Amino acid sequence: MHSIRLAGTFLRIAITNELQYRVNFFIQILQSLISLAIGLIGLALVFDYTSDLNGWSANELLMVMGIYLLMGGVIRAAIQPNMNRLMQEIREGMLDYALTKPADSQVLVSVREFRFWQLADVAVGAVVLGVAFSRSGQTLSVVQALAFIAVLLMGALMIYSFWLMITSSAFWIIRVDEIVNLFEGIYAAGRWPVGIYPNWLRLSLTFLIPVAFAVTIPAEALTGRLTLPTLLGALALTVFFLAISRWIFKLGARNYSGASA
Amino acid sequence: MRRVLDFYAQFMRLSIQEQFQYRVANYFYMIGMIAEPVIYLVVWSTVAEAQGGQVGGYTPGEFAAYYIVWTLVRNMNLVFTPYGWEYRIQKGQLSMELLRPMHPIHNDVAYFAGWKVVVIVLWIPLAIFLAWIFKPTLNPTLIQGVVFFFAIWGAYLIRTMSLSLLGMITFWTTRVGALYELYFALELVLSGRLVPMTLMPAWVQQVAAYLPFQWTFFFPIEALVGNLPTQQLLYGLGMQVLWITIGIIAVNIMWRFGIRRFSAVGN
Repeated sequence: MHSIRLAGTFLRIAITNELQYRVNFFIQILQSLISLAIGLIGLALVFDYTSDLNGWSANELLMVMGIYLLMGGVIRAAIQPNMNRLMQEIREGMLDYALTKPADSQVLVSVREFRFWQLADVAVGAVVLGVAFSRSGQTLSVVQALAFIAVLLMGALMIYSFWLMITSSAFWIIRVDEIVNLFEGIYAAGRWPVGIYPNWLRLSLTFLIPVAFAVTIPAEALTGRLTLPTLLGALALTVFFLAISRWIFKLGARNYSGASA
Repeated sequence: MRRVLDFYAQFMRLSIQEQFQYRVANYFYMIGMIAEPVIYLVVWSTVAEAQGGQVGGYTPGEFAAYYIVWTLVRNMNLVFTPYGWEYRIQKGQLSMELLRPMHPIHNDVAYFAGWKVVVIVLWIPLAIFLAWIFKPTLNPTLIQGVVFFFAIWGAYLIRTMSLSLLGMITFWTTRVGALYELYFALELVLSGRLVPMTLMPAWVQQVAAYLPFQWTFFFPIEALVGNLPTQQLLYGLGMQVLWITIGIIAVNIMWRFGIRRFSAVGN
């Protein structure tokens, strides 16, 4: 309960702070639209030459793209800024200030930053998703909607855990900026359903770097592809990811000797 | 002229030594870059297979060759970025460089050219690995190899000029991130970075013919993996020279006007 209040307070401060810089909003919208245009051009090119890609229609891939943009916005608004700050503080020995506070240190380092304007990507993604869904002519049952929201949340939690793990590696190896670059490149694979990738890549994108759970599986929920075993598997894997990332973070924090004190 | 060449030789040697020290960081960076072409390659191979083995004249093996050579060309295309110019102008770092007896852009060209030597050496094992996984179809002739060698340096110079121009806009405005994004998006579509230009709709190809972009991606790659006749290969190199010349003239003009606006911010 205390943790939720804490997160809420940080969120309020971050939003108030960002609202001062309104021009950034328009720049962000422009950037979101550019990234949308690139995605649409890519789709249009592919579907100039074929009518389905590994069993996915153009419209279904539009849904995948909507979720990809939406999730990317969430990562850049809420996850990445916190992890970048954590990484920097570990490197510079400033993490003491967070660790000595009377709150759960993992919660604290995960909620301190929030880039409000990045939510433009979330909005653009949601619009794309909405348009694609209404074009598909499907109706959304309550069960389907709940399953979609559930897997979307699980996907976000898995991505968060993954980030926390690679960021925590900074406790042992100091320079991890390049690993972050690597993640950004790999996340772009989520633009397409992971089923099209060769086996070794598909398995890595599912279990090593949970891009599949963040994008493809929510899209499966909306297109009637999601099976109960996948849903339960996702749940189990989310719990596993959360547990192991917390363990790694705690282990690192215990090993950590600040430089400032 | 002797003086300039000496400068280049020295500066390149310096950056080669410097960058070899950071080989692990350089490697991580290169590996991060591989995700992009691998995604394109997988998508287009899937399309080709669904279309009965080829799409737009490309088989999966030819796509593999295209996107593997892509990785080297992309690395050659990395130059001093507009963000670097923004930083250099905003922070007034340029003041220091202005004190030197040579145009600061020589610094950038020489430094990055040296770095490219390191990049090419590091790229070779990576290319072998990718070739082992994706099985490219690639049998270049000697002349194709020679033209490719010159074309990647031509691409490097064209992109240096165009990004310097873009960066120098910062003389007038202080923040231009959104404009750069727009430029990069155009480049992605019009250069052959996203897909080989021949897969683009005809009107896009016509537009691209009047722009420098395709000479920095599509032409160097196609010189090696395609089967362009010798005449076309030489024509391509000629176009590169033309764009480099236009670039140099434009950079000089823009520099002359821009530098008047520069009032050393910072120290």
